[in-house]
Amino acid sequence: MTTDLSAPARRSTTTAGRGNSPRPPFGVSAVSVLAVLIALFSLVPLGYVAYMTVATGWDTAVGLILRPRVGELLLNTLLLMAATIPLCLLLGVAGAWLVERTKLRGHRVWAVLLAAPLAVPAFVNSYAWVTAVPSLGGLGSGILISTLSYFPLVYIPAAATLSRLDPAIEQSAAALGLGAWRTFFRVVFPQLRIAMTGGALLVGLHLLAEYGAFAMIRFDTFTTAIMTQYQSTFNGAAGNMLASVLVLFCLLLLLAEVRSRGTARYARIGSGVQGKALRLPLHAYQWPAQLFLLALTALAFGLPLFYVIRWILAGGADIWTASEFLPALLTTFSYGLAGAAATTVVAFPMAYLAVRHPGWFSKSLELSNYVTSSMPGIVVALAFVTVSIRLVPGVYQTAGLLVAAYVLLFIPRALVNLRAGLAQAPKELDEAAQALGKPPLLAFIRVTLRLTAPAAAGGAALVFLAIANELTATLLLSPNGTRTLATEFWSKSSEIDYAGAAPYALLMILLSAPMTYLLFQQSKKVAGQ
Amino acid sequence: MTAPSTRRLPEHRVAPSVAATTNSHLQITDVTKNFGPQAVLKGVNLSVAKGGTTAIVGPSGSGKTTLLRLIAGFEHPDTGSISLNGTLVAGEGAWLPAHKRHIGYVAQDGALFPHLTVGQNVAFGLDAAKLEGGRRAVAARVAELLEMVSLDAAMAKRRPHQLSGGQQQRVALARALAREPELMLLDEPFSALDAGLRVATRRAVAKVLAEAGVTTILVTHDQAEALSFADQVAVMRGGKLAQIGNPFVVYTRPADRATAEFLGDAVILDAWLEGSLATCSLGGIPVRRPPAQGRVQLMLRPEQIRIAEDGPIRGVVVDTDYFGPETTVRLKLNVPQEVAEHADHRYPGGGEVITIRHWNASIARPGMELCLRVVGEAVAFPMED
Repeated sequence: MTTDLSAPARRSTTTAGRGNSPRPPFGVSAVSVLAVLIALFSLVPLGYVAYMTVATGWDTAVGLILRPRVGELLLNTLLLMAATIPLCLLLGVAGAWLVERTKLRGHRVWAVLLAAPLAVPAFVNSYAWVTAVPSLGGLGSGILISTLSYFPLVYIPAAATLSRLDPAIEQSAAALGLGAWRTFFRVVFPQLRIAMTGGALLVGLHLLAEYGAFAMIRFDTFTTAIMTQYQSTFNGAAGNMLASVLVLFCLLLLLAEVRSRGTARYARIGSGVQGKALRLPLHAYQWPAQLFLLALTALAFGLPLFYVIRWILAGGADIWTASEFLPALLTTFSYGLAGAAATTVVAFPMAYLAVRHPGWFSKSLELSNYVTSSMPGIVVALAFVTVSIRLVPGVYQTAGLLVAAYVLLFIPRALVNLRAGLAQAPKELDEAAQALGKPPLLAFIRVTLRLTAPAAAGGAALVFLAIANELTATLLLSPNGTRTLATEFWSKSSEIDYAGAAPYALLMILLSAPMTYLLFQQSKKVAGQ
Repeated sequence: MTAPSTRRLPEHRVAPSVAATTNSHLQITDVTKNFGPQAVLKGVNLSVAKGGTTAIVGPSGSGKTTLLRLIAGFEHPDTGSISLNGTLVAGEGAWLPAHKRHIGYVAQDGALFPHLTVGQNVAFGLDAAKLEGGRRAVAARVAELLEMVSLDAAMAKRRPHQLSGGQQQRVALARALAREPELMLLDEPFSALDAGLRVATRRAVAKVLAEAGVTTILVTHDQAEALSFADQVAVMRGGKLAQIGNPFVVYTRPADRATAEFLGDAVILDAWLEGSLATCSLGGIPVRRPPAQGRVQLMLRPEQIRIAEDGPIRGVVVDTDYFGPETTVRLKLNVPQEVAEHADHRYPGGGEVITIRHWNASIARPGMELCLRVVGEAVAFPMED
């Protein structure tokens, strides 16, 4: 027989009957029910805001919203976002491009240093700047501090995208007659769109949610105003209406991000091994570039670190009172660990459905999570305070309620990691274990859970970091007398005991540093997916 | 049943399932399966004999992987039933989960556990507590299994990602063999390998399975692999089995035109069939078991059409493709003398372009006239409307 042996080699081997066959979403009904419950729970803050707006009544609501004070907050918030988001985009993309795409000397070190400011909580940054320039206050300093705190949120995804970008695309552009600069703007820059819109959304949401950093420099935004209202009237209609406007802003930001993300495909098309990224020579621009990065990291990371250490030196041994210091550290650790564990457990069914049973069902679950993730801490906290007092007074100001709030606030961090981890543990491995005689549950534990463990741990670490630096929700929801690093830092610096606050600031930075590095490393892996 | 070692000799290549239907190891009856609105399997019947080798071959999306997953117990059939050794395992209210079916399964990419070493992977299905001699016995068994698939025992300490694709597939096979399954399911296990390695790995796997006497079902979209691997080939198309039979039979006497073209290159000509003789542009050709009379479609394999100096048929070379060991020649057939002379002849064709193969590139240049001879019988299909 002369059957053509070369024919099969030309046939596609990738579409072997699996893959896109639609699976019924309710195939794993227990997980589905669980996920629905979690999604419903996650909609509590949004439901609260909607209910409060309706309950307040149209006339009262309009009266509370249309007043000069709200106009002032609106103007502040809009100006803050209008200035900070473009600045963060500019610094983040420029930094990422220099680090990933030019022959910048020491680009490996710069790559890490540019992500480092993320290890400094914004309110610690604010504290350092107030120390450095005591006269700071108002919009300008709000822009300065938030830009320096948040530009890594653009830098990290942009750098990840640039490092994963297939150089063959740029080579094709060059072959089509485009010069280096035109290649960057016509080919590379559009590829950064997802990273930039995603980064811009994160910066915007942080700007809306941040309390400590702006309160310290007496710059009023919706969040600080809600906090002030809460502290004076506990649970007034005025505060609730401000929260409604704030939530509206968050939803608008989400919508804007979805719209501008577009539908074009940016993943790498085709198979084969990707080549190494091209790096442009900087020539005469080497020193200006180095100076620019030096100035940026000095202002964003060096300055806060310098002033924290200076306060520690100035405070001497007196500020290290173990009786205050150790309990705060212990409490932070306990909440961090409990919150990280709870968040990971809660996120697992969601991630499982999204990876193993993609479809409208898991999409809508994700959407509910996505919306919740945009809710500022202050709104989640307000919602939990009100709902718990009205419906289940027993849980108000308990550790459990605070952990539940942490879960809602930080579930996306765990989800992203778990999804990536589950993608590494395909269903086929589970089935292979079953075919080898392991009952489904045992197969799941020994294969899927085991393979997802590293990613879950990474996600849990990020949640832990977020909880360790969380201030707003902790202030509102923690049981009386709870003292975490963040709240201790806050109460001390509010009493202008800057030296006393310094050890807590240093500890938060030290705790955050390894996690920031982890986040930076992970972004490089996730970018290609 | 013949001994496994001789079963692979050409003269023994008769499907055992055809020979002895009472001795069926796996019986699939009227199985259907839908994924949402999409019907993937539309009534499949298949019987596999004990110790036999069956290849389920079909294009992508024909439902062959789904059928394998149903046999393995990863999916439930919507209707119909599946029984193993006469025991119902799925359908009619019965259900035996995958881990109790005692079926070996090798996936397309091997599906080795990345967090375990090669040795741990092979030992995954072994239970140290149940094995006499405990852990030592497990280690010995792992070494034995690795040797069986021609891998060095030192490989046991490596991680799956340190192995080549072919080695990974062998480890997957060793892992599946560890529990001594009576039925082995292979889901395109060679398709991810490159051409040379694919043939070598296929041979090695076939040898191991034959020596172990394991009933084997191979799913593949590669017709050459199916024909060379199995003693029973089941051709799957659109969720149904279009033809089941011994490889030689399905290749030379396909049930329909689509099967003919799927299993290999085919020369299809319009012809006029009277009795068991078909007349077409290639002259009169005998047809085995004529399905109809009058106008039919005639199928020949390209290798049945030989270039011969004394051949009665003539054709002019249109163009050629050189492949090294052989050349594909496209020929425009002349209208045969008898047809041209007899105006009342009801033979419908003339002047078709056909593709044949030849080893010698130099004798076929465009424009040259070649003499051809047809060897063997043709298959006739009723005309499609």
